[in-house]
Amino acid sequence: MSRHASESHESCAPVKHPFFTPGVFVLLCLMGVGFVAALYRLAFGLRAATSLSDPYPWGIWIAIDVASGVALAAGGFTTAALAHVFHRREYEALVRPALLTAMLGYTFVVLGLILDLGRYYNIWHPMLPWMWQGNSVLFEVAMCVMAYLNVLYLEFAPIVCERFMGRVNLPGPLAALNGVAETVLRVADAILGRTMFLLIAAGIMLSCMHQSSLGALLLIAPYKMNPVWYTPILPLLFLLSAISVGFPMVAVESLWSSWAFKRRPETKLLGLLVRYTVVLLGVYWIAKVCDLVIREAYGAIFADPGTTIAFGIEFLIGGLIPLAMLVSARVRRTPRLLFVACASAVIGVAINRVNVFLVAYSPLYADKPYFPSLVEIAVTVGLMAGLVFVYRTIVLIFPVLPAHEPTNSPSRVAEELIAQSGERGRCVLS
Amino acid sequence: MKALGAGVAGAMLPLGADASDAPGAASGCGMLVDTTECIGCRKCEFACARANDLSHAPLESYEDTSVFDTRRRMTAGAYTVVNRYPDAANPEKPTFVKVNCMHCLKPACASACIVGALHRQENGMVTYDAGKCLGCRYCMIACPFQVPAYEYDNALTPVVSKCSFCFDRVTSENKPPACAEMCPPNALMFGERNKLLQLAHEKIATNPDRYVPHVYGETEVGGTAWLYLAGRPFADLDLRAFSGKPVPELTETIQHNVFKFGLPPVLLYGLLCTAMKTFGDGKQEGPPE
Repeated sequence: MSRHASESHESCAPVKHPFFTPGVFVLLCLMGVGFVAALYRLAFGLRAATSLSDPYPWGIWIAIDVASGVALAAGGFTTAALAHVFHRREYEALVRPALLTAMLGYTFVVLGLILDLGRYYNIWHPMLPWMWQGNSVLFEVAMCVMAYLNVLYLEFAPIVCERFMGRVNLPGPLAALNGVAETVLRVADAILGRTMFLLIAAGIMLSCMHQSSLGALLLIAPYKMNPVWYTPILPLLFLLSAISVGFPMVAVESLWSSWAFKRRPETKLLGLLVRYTVVLLGVYWIAKVCDLVIREAYGAIFADPGTTIAFGIEFLIGGLIPLAMLVSARVRRTPRLLFVACASAVIGVAINRVNVFLVAYSPLYADKPYFPSLVEIAVTVGLMAGLVFVYRTIVLIFPVLPAHEPTNSPSRVAEELIAQSGERGRCVLS
Repeated sequence: MKALGAGVAGAMLPLGADASDAPGAASGCGMLVDTTECIGCRKCEFACARANDLSHAPLESYEDTSVFDTRRRMTAGAYTVVNRYPDAANPEKPTFVKVNCMHCLKPACASACIVGALHRQENGMVTYDAGKCLGCRYCMIACPFQVPAYEYDNALTPVVSKCSFCFDRVTSENKPPACAEMCPPNALMFGERNKLLQLAHEKIATNPDRYVPHVYGETEVGGTAWLYLAGRPFADLDLRAFSGKPVPELTETIQHNVFKFGLPPVLLYGLLCTAMKTFGDGKQEGPPE
């Protein structure tokens, strides 16, 4: 098993593809607009830049950039758990791209958060022991996110070592330090190699903690929350939905990057991966529906048209469409259909986060409803474009994606998988 | 009946630093707002702004009653506002209600605050320390009364804005809160919460026609330091019904049980490490050397 694993890792390589394409210019434009919008917020403050108000202190920067961002970065810990805890090493090829998405996802979560914080320069305060506030859900989320971000960077470090080990060539007079740098890389790589399982386990634990706590945040506002979404098991639902969205996110990103780089998509492997999604997404929606029934809150869905529409869209895009599509073997075999199904699941979870943080939140005294300003939208879009751009840049430089495209005939990985499916259970969760 | 009210109201109820500092001493300080006495002069708004160095107009301008035409809420520049509630049964005598931070006994804002910038002091006053604050505004999400306002206009050093119960005035200058000191008809009575509660019930018992038989804030969200008496249903005065359960109870229960002695995360971590090392083929796993 580990022999295969290291083989598949050795076969990761930087993607050979021109850096500039028309798509990259679109990304750069969106990033530029977002950057100007961010500067505007920093210079003129939240009142000028956003639609935030005393009744609505949180907007899309929290609901989308932070809450959805964290959920959609769940591909990192779910894939790591599948490959390393449940030992499904055949999915090893997906671990590195998922890790990169998580690392960048969390980095951009922090960037978005900084813009939202009124006193962003105090963002490090939760680290000071005399300011620790153990009652605060947000404190736990902050500590976990901070720790997890460090874990992600450390998990990615071996990839950087791999890229430069044996070929350190510093420019000019710094060349004298080539030997030192080489040694540092080797030592770091050796230490990380031996301790990696500790980091991976920490990453999974931290993810379980803050993914669920993110759902506990709004439990402190019982009088402002719509009963459709306000439930004591909201932390559990957040954890289940984050776990269920991990693999679809990996599939979306894998298919998208193969189309962008004109590579053959990993359809076979992804098709096998999303079988788990049927189970995981099913479990999430069963829990959600049972909760609505037990609390007798289903009536509230139809209390007003806004709630009906918001919940309806969430159910349709986040539950019905992906589940109905992914049970079909034809969908799992067809890249475009697979992409639609997985993108639907991904967008569905984002809609759920927006529903919980914005739609379900109705303050007691509000003169007008919240709708994001142009600056808020520009920053959010700019951050997303930035994430895609940095992801693209990194896979061009570092060995993240598999070096060899899957062949048309049954791939090596798929062959292995078929060979194993007889001796091992088909689904680790069943 | 009137004499009792006026008599006690005239003097500040015994509070004293010694009473509130004693450990376990009562419930700390409180304020009794008798909305049947309030004449809507808004002098408390002026006194509050002056005492807290908030920008304000001269005292005369507070006589302008046109502000009552709209229902107001606290803002970044005003820790307290008085609203007028017309009474259909008695058009000549509307009810005036002063609103500000209720200083909950179990404040949701302080429970939510990530760095303890919002904190319930031993004397029951909920105070804010801008030096610690990150500006995440989770306190504003948490507050069931929707009290904290934010200084969104300030690009560099915005603060969460809310009544501090004049904590510094009371503790270091030994004066009552500015609003209570200024209030001409003694609709505001500052003192020890337990005693004010007792007084409020005495008022209701001796004058049942004047008051609805409930002290708002006695049980709401687990009790608040600010207590209200009214001659009309509280719901008509924007003083909403809340259960007696402290708002942060659910989140604190979850936090403290899931992380009891840090045990569950540690167990999960151990389980994960074991699974990674044992259930494979025993060889080194994880991203490669």
